[in-house]
Amino acid sequence: MSANAEDRITNILVAGIGGQGVMTAAEVLSQTAVSQGYDVKKTEVAGMAQRGGVVTSHVRFGRRVLSPAIPDGEADILVGFEPAEALRWCGQLRHGGVAMVNRLRQEPPVVTLGLFPYPDDPVAEMRARGIEVHAFDAGAIARELGNLKLVNTVMLGAISDYLPFPAEILKEAVLARFRERKPALVAVNEEAFEAGRAAQAAT
Amino acid sequence: MSAVNPLPQPERRFMSGNEAVARGAWEAGCRVAAAYPGTPATEILEYAATYKDLYAEWSVNEKVALEVTIGASLAGSRALCAMKHVGLNVASDALMTQTLIGVGGGLVVAVADDVGLSSSQNEQDSRHWGRFAHLPVLEPADAQEAYEMTREAFALSEQFDTPVILRLTTRICHVKGVVVAGEREERPVKGFQKNPARMVMTPMNAGRRIPLMLAREEQLRAFAEVTDLNRLEAGQDPRIGFVTSGPTYLHVLESFPNAPLVKLGFSYPPPLGLIRALADQVEQLVVVEEVEPLLEQEIRAAGIPVHGKDLLPRMGELAPHVLRPAIRAFLGEPAEPEQAPKRPLAFTTPVQVFPRPPTMCVACPHLGIYYCLSKIKNTQIAGDIGCYTLGAGHPWNALDTCISMGASMGVALGLDKGRSAADKDKRVLAVIGDSTFLHMGMQGLLDIVYNRGNVTILLLDNSAVGMTGGQEHPGTGRDIHGLEAPKINFRKLVEALGVKPERVHEVNPYELPTLFKALREEVKVDDTSVIITNQPCVLTERYRNKPPYAVDEEKCTGCSNCLAVGCPAIAVTRRETVVKPNGTEKELTFVAIDSAACTGCDLCPGTCGPEAILPLAVFNRAGARV
Repeated sequence: MSANAEDRITNILVAGIGGQGVMTAAEVLSQTAVSQGYDVKKTEVAGMAQRGGVVTSHVRFGRRVLSPAIPDGEADILVGFEPAEALRWCGQLRHGGVAMVNRLRQEPPVVTLGLFPYPDDPVAEMRARGIEVHAFDAGAIARELGNLKLVNTVMLGAISDYLPFPAEILKEAVLARFRERKPALVAVNEEAFEAGRAAQAAT
Repeated sequence: MSAVNPLPQPERRFMSGNEAVARGAWEAGCRVAAAYPGTPATEILEYAATYKDLYAEWSVNEKVALEVTIGASLAGSRALCAMKHVGLNVASDALMTQTLIGVGGGLVVAVADDVGLSSSQNEQDSRHWGRFAHLPVLEPADAQEAYEMTREAFALSEQFDTPVILRLTTRICHVKGVVVAGEREERPVKGFQKNPARMVMTPMNAGRRIPLMLAREEQLRAFAEVTDLNRLEAGQDPRIGFVTSGPTYLHVLESFPNAPLVKLGFSYPPPLGLIRALADQVEQLVVVEEVEPLLEQEIRAAGIPVHGKDLLPRMGELAPHVLRPAIRAFLGEPAEPEQAPKRPLAFTTPVQVFPRPPTMCVACPHLGIYYCLSKIKNTQIAGDIGCYTLGAGHPWNALDTCISMGASMGVALGLDKGRSAADKDKRVLAVIGDSTFLHMGMQGLLDIVYNRGNVTILLLDNSAVGMTGGQEHPGTGRDIHGLEAPKINFRKLVEALGVKPERVHEVNPYELPTLFKALREEVKVDDTSVIITNQPCVLTERYRNKPPYAVDEEKCTGCSNCLAVGCPAIAVTRRETVVKPNGTEKELTFVAIDSAACTGCDLCPGTCGPEAILPLAVFNRAGARV
């Protein structure tokens, strides 16, 4: 671990389930860091994980990033798209790291079939471990705004005040993507981003 | 803002290792690229196909892909063949002889090892092929190097008259990094030079080429010592010197920044002189290689004392979380360095969370197949490689083997011919996807027909290579660019392979009664039968959503029959144990359908006795029932 603050690597672990937009969130974060002049590495898991399995993406940026895998216990931020998935990966956080958790539970077939139990309260379990957790129902926010896919933008808004660059820069990057591809969705994504930001501050 | 990198924006591209390989090939003037989709290498060809001045194709299998690029190379064009590790097993027949012939235009074989088994049936070390076929092996450490080494590989291929293996791993293919790229280099195509003594590998000709191949290997061995692709990096801590290849270079640098090391980008033949120079500077030498101890054995055989797999695992990725504790234990140090801020113990205690295995998609056309297979008794079901391998899991448990591409055919015939007396009434079935059938299943079916096998084959045609993301193949009617292409007719194909027309059924897999009837009939017939399904993969644009369903809570009796479909849109709402009039206990399971996820495939209503599964619109009209 370097004493030089400029050499510090920011490590963000995005975790969720195939199809939730974990990859897109990690991609937007990474592209934003690239635009800020950082060296950036981002892992993508593909293949079987797309079929409702566990999906994680490691995003690392700084002056020079070496290994693409966040070493154990060095994640600064854990972005949990689902509470049990956040719990599964919380051991990756460094001391003083922050977990941002969507409370919307998604039970896999092995749980609905009664083969495994779902943890009673994953967020409480993480807090009991001494982790700083900001948890809110990003699914409800997204649904209120009319589209469950907005969970992605809500979660990015939630972490935007914990990054080494201003939240506005991440927001602009999110909106720029929509301006290019789906201009009709720019306004609602801005709302989602700000709603996520406010929701995490309130927890 | 934090402008830590002085390079101007447009030159810094953020790309995956796969994209970087395609970029490097295009820049190197590559004119022909071929592959069969396979995780983690699939995107190499998808990106290659985006360059207009390069011919790209999905081939039917990796052997054909390699043969196409061999032909292109002999025609004088630079050519790239890409595949996953197991693909090179298929292509190896061509590779083992091509190494005798050499190349015309540069020929690069990009092979991606699924280190960590993210989506594969085994974990192989493709560096073996360099040794086996006497070919050079390049191993990039990240996307930038994947780009650079691909360019370099084409040049080396022509310089040494050899195909070059570019060995990638999942962490190279699927990690994005900042890549500084260049521009395309247009190269004249030399043209095909007739030379039967070199290219017609009769025993006599091949015998003359073997010494040339072995001499080439010695030239490559000398080159390994001097190339910039290999280097010794000094470090202040002489206790351990590391020998690294591919991505392990960065894992070692991350974990032990002060250790001296040798970085191998050109890892076969290995530069033993360079490695000896490192060994002379350090107390212990440790090889960090994924997966097999190949370098380790070669270094030891050269008389250099070395550690490797005695300290590190022989499977999986050697990332910092594996490397650090293993090496610290070897040095007799505590697992976490003392200067690191101590984390509360609770942080590091393992978390117990249910597994979340991959599932089939909502409305997947395979669901009906496995629902039926799970209801048929006395079966032995040979499976194959694809999404439908998931049929081995809950709730269907209706797949008994999965080995290699196309293996369901031969394995099923073997289960039939090798059956014991106790298994004489077992029904032998095989399940294979459309693309897998075209890849390597056709020959197996021919064998079943020819040898009068009693096998019922389910050919699941979903018009896509589903598992890798819905790529095209000869059965979809589209090429790699999505343009119209000749479309194979599966019924005609299996009939041409000798299956009797009356034993071939084409069914809609969402029509359960039809599917059941065909299956029940065919498993009773002592002959080769093929049931072809004809509905598209739900992840492709060929699939059309229909109005969703919902469950009428008042009508649901908790029988749980719909759960046997295994659709992820059906969830349990509550369980109840009731006592039946005869005194036995019975568990009832009540369900709901996530109507936002449901695409109205019509499958589950057919499994619901009390007709509690109804179109969502019915509830909306009724108002209160929503």
